Amino acid sequence: MRVYSYYPGCSLEGTAKEYDYSLRALAPLLGMQLVEIHDWSCCGSSAAHATSHRLALALAARNLNLAADMPGGARDILVPCAMCYNRLKVTSAELAADSGLRSAVESDLGDKWRGAAITAKALPEVLLGDIGVDAVAQAVVQPLEGLRVASYYGCLLVRPPEYTGFDDPESPKSMDELVRATGATPVDWPHKVECCGGGLSITNRELVAGLVADILGAARDAGADVIVTACPMCQANLDTRQGLAGKTRGTDFGLPVLYITQLLGLACGLSAASLSFQSHLVSVAPLLEKVRQLGRARQAAGGEGC
Amino acid sequence: MPRIGVFVCWCGSNIAATVDIGQVTEAAAEMPHVVCVEDNKYTCSEPGQASIRQAIAQHGLDRVVVAACSPRMHENTFRKTISAAGLNPYLLEIANIREQCSWVHADRVAATAKAIDLVRMAVAKVAQHSALTSSTSPVTRRAMVIGGGIAGIQAALDIADAGHEVVVVERSPTLGGHMAQLDKTFPTLDCSACILTPKMVEVVQHPKITLYAYSEVEKVDGYVGSFKVTVRRKARSVDESKCTGCGACWEKCPVKVKSEFDLGLGTRKAIYVPFPQAVPAKATIDREHCIYYLRGRCRICERFCEAKAIVFDQQDEIINVEVGAIVVATGFQQFDQAAYGEYGYGEYPDVITGLEFERLVNASGPTEGKIKRPSDGKVPETVVFIKCVGSRDEHKGVPYCSRTCCMYTAKHAILTREKIHGSKVFIFYMDVRTPGKGYEEFYRRASEEDGARYLRGRVSRVYPKGGKMVVLGEDTLLGRKVIVEADLVVLASGMIAQPDAQEMARKLGVSYDQHGFLTEAHPKLRPVETNTAGIFLAGACQGPKDIPDTVAQACAAASKAAALLNREALEAEAMIACVDEARCSGCLWCEPVCPYKAISAKTISERVGRRTLTRSVAEVNPSLCHGCGACTVACRDSALNLLGFTNQQILAEVEAVCP
Repeated sequence: MRVYSYYPGCSLEGTAKEYDYSLRALAPLLGMQLVEIHDWSCCGSSAAHATSHRLALALAARNLNLAADMPGGARDILVPCAMCYNRLKVTSAELAADSGLRSAVESDLGDKWRGAAITAKALPEVLLGDIGVDAVAQAVVQPLEGLRVASYYGCLLVRPPEYTGFDDPESPKSMDELVRATGATPVDWPHKVECCGGGLSITNRELVAGLVADILGAARDAGADVIVTACPMCQANLDTRQGLAGKTRGTDFGLPVLYITQLLGLACGLSAASLSFQSHLVSVAPLLEKVRQLGRARQAAGGEGC
Repeated sequence: MPRIGVFVCWCGSNIAATVDIGQVTEAAAEMPHVVCVEDNKYTCSEPGQASIRQAIAQHGLDRVVVAACSPRMHENTFRKTISAAGLNPYLLEIANIREQCSWVHADRVAATAKAIDLVRMAVAKVAQHSALTSSTSPVTRRAMVIGGGIAGIQAALDIADAGHEVVVVERSPTLGGHMAQLDKTFPTLDCSACILTPKMVEVVQHPKITLYAYSEVEKVDGYVGSFKVTVRRKARSVDESKCTGCGACWEKCPVKVKSEFDLGLGTRKAIYVPFPQAVPAKATIDREHCIYYLRGRCRICERFCEAKAIVFDQQDEIINVEVGAIVVATGFQQFDQAAYGEYGYGEYPDVITGLEFERLVNASGPTEGKIKRPSDGKVPETVVFIKCVGSRDEHKGVPYCSRTCCMYTAKHAILTREKIHGSKVFIFYMDVRTPGKGYEEFYRRASEEDGARYLRGRVSRVYPKGGKMVVLGEDTLLGRKVIVEADLVVLASGMIAQPDAQEMARKLGVSYDQHGFLTEAHPKLRPVETNTAGIFLAGACQGPKDIPDTVAQACAAASKAAALLNREALEAEAMIACVDEARCSGCLWCEPVCPYKAISAKTISERVGRRTLTRSVAEVNPSLCHGCGACTVACRDSALNLLGFTNQQILAEVEAVCP
């Protein structure tokens, strides 16, 4: 078992609950133990980093300090939310580089900075770098052969590369490799890192509908059955704005948007209920049916399977 | 007792306006050992110098201080002056009261006080000077040129034409370098091969030139006038003296390999010459792919070789070459496009580099000069060129301009429009840089006559859609997004240093910059020399360059090398490091510090009581030492001293200002 400090972040307690549930269910199957950071708080994204640079740093630094104080010693933090991941990475880098900023943040916190030895890691980073794609493939009991999957990375998971650095910022491949490990086919498509409009989802729906429609259209053109992502903002946006996006283009995209953990969970034999598919707006039912059919076809053809 | 003369210069008003010359001369007259003080409006003028010579004779001076401009300006002038009056030229000290005083101060009182201090320091130091003489060493009248591209070829031919022997070392099987891969050359559109191959042939036919192709420089020892170079002649598995280049072997060879010369767009055999006009026209076996080396059988080439030139068990050969001068012409490599994931180079076959485009448009290339896109061989109707891919991009590439891409992209546009009737050409650019003779006119021709559409803006993404490559870009002049559905996308790749340029620099003992390009001794006034005497630079190993600039630099490097080889003997620097063997403990901390490889260990024997002890001490090679002084700082025993700047001399200066 690899033990990680776990920082869910606010989304995973709200709109992205299914990400939290599916990750917690999947973790032991992949040899991961998640120990939630006690008393974690806001990562400093959203309102904070737009209004006060120092406040955003202090909020993230608090959580990194908590991780440093974990019983059992300081471990890497697994940060499923791309936004949280970004804030924690930026904070570690900025506080390491600038001693003036460090003391300012320390005075804001009324506490010493102890997070220098802590590394925040994104989910694909952990699964590929620590667990390994072979171990993931070994955990697969229900291969998703025949399923075509578009991996959508969004803007924060792999950028800026100076801070994130685990994947190509313009042509990322990490989630595609995980998709391949499930037996599904990762599709080559151009919109892996295009903006989904997440930040304007509430304030400028028309603009966002256009951006979402571009992404969904590109995934559909590439023949994708499903989109996977590792960002609560991306998932929420592509899922909740899909209806509006379809309307602006006069079509029904009908593309379910899953967290990568949900797809992996499916392949690793977790039940639909434990993966919380019921909370999606775009129905996942047709996808699950397709997976079942593919499984039956494989069995009929005398293939392996469970 | 020393007899010192001080000569204070006005430099017109350059010094006199800020420094009170009268006060300086009065103060100087009171300084120890000073027997004569004069001031002059322009000391460097002929009358000024004459007055120094007169004073030396009249007052019996044995040391001279000139308080004037920087020693970089006129130290040599005044050394010659006192030398003409019979003094050793090193019994001179310059007090720099212009660049380091009058020019940088406004307060006349303070500046005058500082000038007096500077003169006092110089007087104290020169009193400690002793006469220095320089040694001489003979010159091996042979040059080595490393690299057989256009830079190396030109340098070799020029040195050989000047009457000196030249050894050319080229690591690939043939001469030619990148220029051999090009199709046409800007701005005249003459065929690259047509102007290059005659020169390649001239190299092998020149009686003064020895060519070692498929060979690499392993080691460089020695110094200017007397380098000892170890060259590894890699085994071609073919006896060069027998091979006629008839081609029977590669026609029969069953193994097809991606051709390096065609950048993987075409194929060659496992026994091959890189291209038809290769020089020397000798076959080479690629042992990584040859079936015989992999599996122990085949030998078809051997069966068909009438000249019996195939030697499967040929070994690398090590040869030693002595030369007096070295010209480095090791060239460049293309920027690796993998940094630009958004352009999909390597993933999409129809996204290619400029150099690959050269092979597609070249009659000797894989498509015989018909522009066909790699994916399906279709003739492209719409071609997008993206400039500055790698260049001028600190985040993903290199900060500098590669200097050739604007022009070769204009050329590509012209060639595309010429070869594909009705084709559309779009060029995304940041700036168009055309600083060369006929270059701006050439660019105008591409944009105005040949109808290439220049769009000022960057491309954010290239992706395939329905057999086309969709290019998402921006026209910043119109402030609009631009989407082009192209058949072929060509990336204008920047030029970067050879991957092993730093290793080469270390072998040669020359310096390189942060990008791996070899550094010239002075960016303006010594552009082809390195900081190591006798080693010269030509072409893109020194920085990105186009062909005209490369040839000009190669000619310059050749003339410098030839001038060196013309000399009977070389006079070494007189102000060099010297070792006090009695003090040297032999720790040799100085050895790695020396940038010129001038220090080595030497064993000495000395009598201690009745016994004779042997021990090692540092030894300075006077031909290699540049007098930089780094070793004197590293020396823990104060055993190393820089002649002309000895510890005693510098301490005398310090004493003079801080009594």
